[in-house]
Amino acid sequence: MIWVDTILQGILLGGLYALFAAGLSLVFGIMRLVNLAHGDLIVLGAYLILLLVTLTGLSPFVAAAVAMPFMFALGYGLQKFMLNRVLGDDILPPLLVTFGLSVVLQNALLEGFSADSQRIQAGSLSTASIEIAGIGLGVMPLLTFGSALVVIIGLNQLFYRTSLGRAFRATSDDPTTASLMGIKPAGIFAKATGIAMIIVTIAALYLGMRSNFDPSIGPARLIYAFEAVIIGGLGSLWGTLAGGVIIGVAQTVGAAINPEWQILAGHVAFLVVLLLRPRGLFPRAVD
Amino acid sequence: MSKLPPNYSVQTRTRASSISAIVALVLVVVAIALPAFASRSLIQDMFFILTMLVLAQFWNLLAGYGGLVSVGQQAFVGIGAYAMFGVVILLGFDPVASILIGGIAALVLAIPTAFFAFRLQGAYFAIGTWVIAEVVRLLVAQWKSVGGGTGTSLPRSATSDMWFTGTIETLFDVKSAAARDILAYWLAVVLAVATIAGIYWLLRTKRGLGLAAVRDNIEAAKSVGVDAVRMKWLVFLVSAFGTGLAGGLIYLQKARISPDAAFSLQDWTAYVIFIVVIGGIGTIEGPILGVLVFFILQSLLADYGSWYLMVLGLIGIAIMLFAPRGLWGLFSDRTGIELFPVRRRLTGGRLSATLPSSKEE
Repeated sequence: MIWVDTILQGILLGGLYALFAAGLSLVFGIMRLVNLAHGDLIVLGAYLILLLVTLTGLSPFVAAAVAMPFMFALGYGLQKFMLNRVLGDDILPPLLVTFGLSVVLQNALLEGFSADSQRIQAGSLSTASIEIAGIGLGVMPLLTFGSALVVIIGLNQLFYRTSLGRAFRATSDDPTTASLMGIKPAGIFAKATGIAMIIVTIAALYLGMRSNFDPSIGPARLIYAFEAVIIGGLGSLWGTLAGGVIIGVAQTVGAAINPEWQILAGHVAFLVVLLLRPRGLFPRAVD
Repeated sequence: MSKLPPNYSVQTRTRASSISAIVALVLVVVAIALPAFASRSLIQDMFFILTMLVLAQFWNLLAGYGGLVSVGQQAFVGIGAYAMFGVVILLGFDPVASILIGGIAALVLAIPTAFFAFRLQGAYFAIGTWVIAEVVRLLVAQWKSVGGGTGTSLPRSATSDMWFTGTIETLFDVKSAAARDILAYWLAVVLAVATIAGIYWLLRTKRGLGLAAVRDNIEAAKSVGVDAVRMKWLVFLVSAFGTGLAGGLIYLQKARISPDAAFSLQDWTAYVIFIVVIGGIGTIEGPILGVLVFFILQSLLADYGSWYLMVLGLIGIAIMLFAPRGLWGLFSDRTGIELFPVRRRLTGGRLSATLPSSKEE
């Protein structure tokens, strides 16, 4: 029974990792850009929500909704004025620019909020649990997993049911031809990064409510996100969820055996998948 | 080349490179003689500059010439340092000789790392190397006989009668701690000179030409018979070995190690990336200029803590956006000066009368 419980906790933790990964997956899918500052942007989002909660006394969920347009604007501006300039066949400039951005963000947060651990207070919600068939499940992990499902369903709807989604897919396939049809790739990329930042805000909300955070934890979140994307297979959003779940289960099972093995077990699961299925479990993209 | 008329020749040497070779020789002699008249803190600063230069040259070889953007070089610094500590503590080896073991350990680690990371394309390769560095860090933290997660120091017995330190003590009349710094500094001079000379030599050989071809256009390079995969392996293994040697040497001087320090992304990869980007990626001169700029910035801004890193990050971003070939690229484009030219030029005969220099690579 304890194992069932451990694995269930792992699956729910996977929801958080899928939230970390969905934005990364979206941006990579559309413009083949790997944003090395992704983890730090999640931490930035968490601080923004914390600031709103502290200053205005709003509920964290409302604060996250208020933060979303700001984060969208940040992503839009970042893409339009910085990242679009370095996109191209050469992978080096975007990698190095986002790496620089990661260092700048971490240290700006350190300067602004100090290295102290923070947490977004969610009141009684953070300790509430419900019992299903004799297993106690936290309401917060369930909410996280539910949000991950909603985000992935929402993104799939956006991709396959709206004209913006069609423009995303067209630009992803062939930016030149798409621009002949009246689509401006630069604007599409900016919107995509903006939407990724909205997902980042949701991820930040749960990150901040579930555990302590400080300015230095961004890179580790990026690694989990990246592992989830690769395990799932590039370009597949449901695969990304599966990848997150695999990392989550590996971590909780590893931690149950020896607490020091928690993080290591997640990385090892990633390497095993890479060894057996180099293109991930549900590969979709050709590259 | 044999088909050319006898008065044509292909060469890479330029007037600037001849002058720079002489200047470099003088600098090396000065560097070797430096401990005779420099203070201990200057020797320590020079050690820092030289070891960062070595790391930067190898990262530049990887990213600038091999197109392999690794964010996991700290794996090789850390494993080199830990292998050195391991054989000193467990087997009683001399620390100086153990640096070589550090390099070999890094080389051995590079084989499975490359096996995994080469499965990832482009940008994903970068994070893949980072994951592997994290795995190695977490595993080393479990290694209790070298201190586990908290780390350990080199035993006093090993550091006090290290090779050559006795001679240095009598030669310069200094205490053993200062003698150790001088020894580490000399080893750093040797390593830096060997690194630059070795990379320069590699780039001027047929393999180096193949490497440049792979970097510029992998498909075209393959079509003329360059084995791109072999080139990547070569560059990755060479860089790992050199980075491991540097790791062993850095921790010989520090004499104290912990997993978080030895596998630090910031110290051994982030700084190195900024050095190369600011100086100019894809040139040998770039990292040299970059490490000097980096050291000056660090000296000026060290008191401002995180502001310093923010400035470094912003400079890195600005360079990538507005001058992707770095400071050396800006200088070289204006003046045409190359201190370590690898470009093959056709000179002599009729050509030199009409075309002073060929820009073909």
